[in-house]
Amino acid sequence: MNDNDTSVDISALRNEQPRFTGIESGHRACLGCGEALAARLVTEAAGPDVIYANATGCLEVFTTAWPESAWRVGWMHSLFENAAAIAAGMEAALKRQGKATKVIALAGDGGTFDIGFQALSGMLERGHNVLYVCFDNEAYMNTGVQRSSSTPHAASTTTSPSGEARMGKRHLKKDIVSIVAAHHIPYAATSSVAYPSDIRKKVRRAMAIDGPTFLHIHSTCPLGWGHDGALSIEVARLAVQTGLFPVIELERGSVVSVMPIRRVRPVTDYLSIQNRFRHLFADDDQARVELEHLQALADHNIEVYGLRGEKADALDSEGANTVQRGGMQWA
Amino acid sequence: MLQALEGSQALARTVALCRPQVIAAYPITPQTHIVENLSRLVADGTLDCELVSVESEFSAASVALGAVAAGSRAYTASSSQGILLMAEVLYNIAGLRMPLVLTCANRAVSGPLSIWNDQQDSMAVRDAGWIQLYCADNQEAVDTTIQAFRIAEQCELPVMVCVDGFTLTHTLEVIDLPEQQQVDDFLPAFSFERRLDPANPISIGTLVSPDYFTEARQSHHQALENALQTIVDVQQEWGQLAERNCDALLNTSGPADARIGILTLGSIAGTLAAAMDRYTDNPATRLLTLRTFRPFPAAAIRQACQGLTDLVVLERALSPGSGGIVGAEVRAAFSEIQDAPRVHNFTVGLGGRDVPLEIYPHLHQAIRDGRGLPFAILDLEPDKLPEAAC
Amino acid sequence: MIEIRIHGRGGQGNVVAAYLLAIAAFEEDRYAQAFPNFGAERRGAPVTAFVRIADRPIRRRCQVREPAFLIIQDASLLHVPGITDGLQANGSILVNSSEDGDVLGAKLEHPVVALPASALAQEILGRPLPNTALLSAFLALTGLLPQSALIQALGQRFQGKVLENNRQLVEQAAAQVTAGAWQEDIHAASA
Repeated sequence: MNDNDTSVDISALRNEQPRFTGIESGHRACLGCGEALAARLVTEAAGPDVIYANATGCLEVFTTAWPESAWRVGWMHSLFENAAAIAAGMEAALKRQGKATKVIALAGDGGTFDIGFQALSGMLERGHNVLYVCFDNEAYMNTGVQRSSSTPHAASTTTSPSGEARMGKRHLKKDIVSIVAAHHIPYAATSSVAYPSDIRKKVRRAMAIDGPTFLHIHSTCPLGWGHDGALSIEVARLAVQTGLFPVIELERGSVVSVMPIRRVRPVTDYLSIQNRFRHLFADDDQARVELEHLQALADHNIEVYGLRGEKADALDSEGANTVQRGGMQWA
Repeated sequence: MLQALEGSQALARTVALCRPQVIAAYPITPQTHIVENLSRLVADGTLDCELVSVESEFSAASVALGAVAAGSRAYTASSSQGILLMAEVLYNIAGLRMPLVLTCANRAVSGPLSIWNDQQDSMAVRDAGWIQLYCADNQEAVDTTIQAFRIAEQCELPVMVCVDGFTLTHTLEVIDLPEQQQVDDFLPAFSFERRLDPANPISIGTLVSPDYFTEARQSHHQALENALQTIVDVQQEWGQLAERNCDALLNTSGPADARIGILTLGSIAGTLAAAMDRYTDNPATRLLTLRTFRPFPAAAIRQACQGLTDLVVLERALSPGSGGIVGAEVRAAFSEIQDAPRVHNFTVGLGGRDVPLEIYPHLHQAIRDGRGLPFAILDLEPDKLPEAAC
Repeated sequence: MIEIRIHGRGGQGNVVAAYLLAIAAFEEDRYAQAFPNFGAERRGAPVTAFVRIADRPIRRRCQVREPAFLIIQDASLLHVPGITDGLQANGSILVNSSEDGDVLGAKLEHPVVALPASALAQEILGRPLPNTALLSAFLALTGLLPQSALIQALGQRFQGKVLENNRQLVEQAAAQVTAGAWQEDIHAASA
């Protein structure tokens, strides 16, 4: 059956493409869910020889409504705070069994920055051969958009709403990458759903390392952030281009590469298209002060990480190569 | 082979004999000697396994769970605060039907803070869906631990082996440690059908709607009830191999014509048995030592109590605001039968208070006085109570 | 069954002493049980351990309330009220002290044998650990077990020069007390 009146049978083409499907379509994520996209990209790049430890959150809820599951790979969900510990146990078992199967932990910002923080630190400190992926949508989305320590400063959530006395979340977004970096693990990186090839590239880079690795993926949440699902990628891209979400790589705690921003955008471009920051655009002195704060944060990131790119961006051909997968043989 | 060993040391060596592939360890008094001994066995090269020194009990249980899910035999141990901290994981492990063995070195639960022995910790998680076996001495602790791995793997249910903290873990006594060959003959290599395998991927721990949850829970409940028979069969098999028998569900001793019974759990059974021989001018008494608490062997208890007019349930925990825990379950077991014995329920030895031989005549007096109807703390020292009652 | 209570201070190997005695009894095919008065001991705090030795399995697990003998690892504990509570009427006390046993015993209303165990240990082991000497003297006084049983027990903890030194200490300590002086009490206690 032909879609779009082309001369190529799209479905046949899809079947011929050597792209691994870790998460099947038909799950119940919201339209435009950044986490669903990120998870699909991660599982695609990771390939079939993996098992997953998934923390409680949107991802496990929308992919596994008994008796159906969208996962085409071995997968377990235990609890909210223990993805890293479950992964550590899996890794220990597989190591003991002499198997090369990689263990990947998946968690949201809640299960990583807050309740899962201890288990994450323990796993990193003990040097387990686990790739830990955090899908960061900046709040406890699954339970109704409550604030986490990852929620950005001044964002409105159901437990940090804006009002007469408050301008949204009072505290800064926890700098998780610096904390992870302080464990001096072989590889840690941030990425964004606006850059799918970047995600795939970083997953494969991490998979090839024998030791703890950490990937922090900025994942939009149209429902929680208050924007149209169709704008997901654009919103995510603006977060990067304003400098609010730096895309970097670290090895043993030191920054080794950054994604340069060719044309830096003012934070207002990013904030104004999300309802969660709407209160910052009122005709209000406090709001103006908060906007200045956020701009200062972005400027600080740009300076500290050297994000301003003078030269043209490098071609992302490595990431676009869908044939190479994670160093693992896949027939 | 007979050896004079500290309980913890015997337990550690026993666990090593069972060839776990992953051990998760977080220290808490009085379990510490178990994990320390295991660490030493690993360091010496005697025990070849992954020993993961986790950063909390929550992670200890989680690491063990992850290891089992990935297809390896795993073990962990804890007590008191640690058991409660990992409570969420314990429910998760049981609900996901994971075969895991955990030693609970029974200790009181804060507040107030106590590091000493009672059974409040394991009692607190009695509804988690684990098999719970209580050991009366260190020999039983050794034998039960070995059986626990077999029971867990056969039933696909986790097993908690309860061993009185300090009282058993820190007591040196003469123990018969089995040989490696005996254990290998009894315990086959770990094989778990529902493990995560890339060649045959499954999803574990999915969200279950009201449409299916009840049946999942019934299936678990049924598995526990079915486990009663497995517990009996496994004990029988090990008993023959080790040439050392005890009853799987509960042990009975005392004159056949006794009309008074005492049902208890754990190490105070030994003191009671010694006291029965010393204080012979008390009424003939049947001593029942409950080994299997979950699943609750109601039928076996009813059977063992036949002919009794009075039964004392003497336990090491209580439910504040209600009374005894085991006592309430025993009373329920008798609720439908004619001529059930009158149940006197006492708690003793909370927070590690020493239970002397004199407890036995004291108990008989308390029966005559009806102090345990419905419930009392037998060794309470009223002069230590604060001025007002509450 | 013989019940013994050992008093010491944290850091003096109070529990080790109890375990060694129990292991020695086991080496002579006896049933034995040993445990501390459990707690979070700090160095210097008074600690107590209990030992039971019998010819039949030992079932009771309560603390020893009526010991037949006391072994006191630290003489300063003699001033602690209640230190001799429960000691049987004909029970005897072995104290780590360089003072005269009769002088110490006068106040305690029980026969006391004093042994300068720390000093002996300092001389032979190079460290003032009183256990080996006290246990050896205890066995010599009571005739409960041969010295060889104690040496076997020590052999499970130490090797080489350290074991050899301990062996010497066992001999010397035994020689400093009257062998069998408490033998009557043993028979009375185990009756």
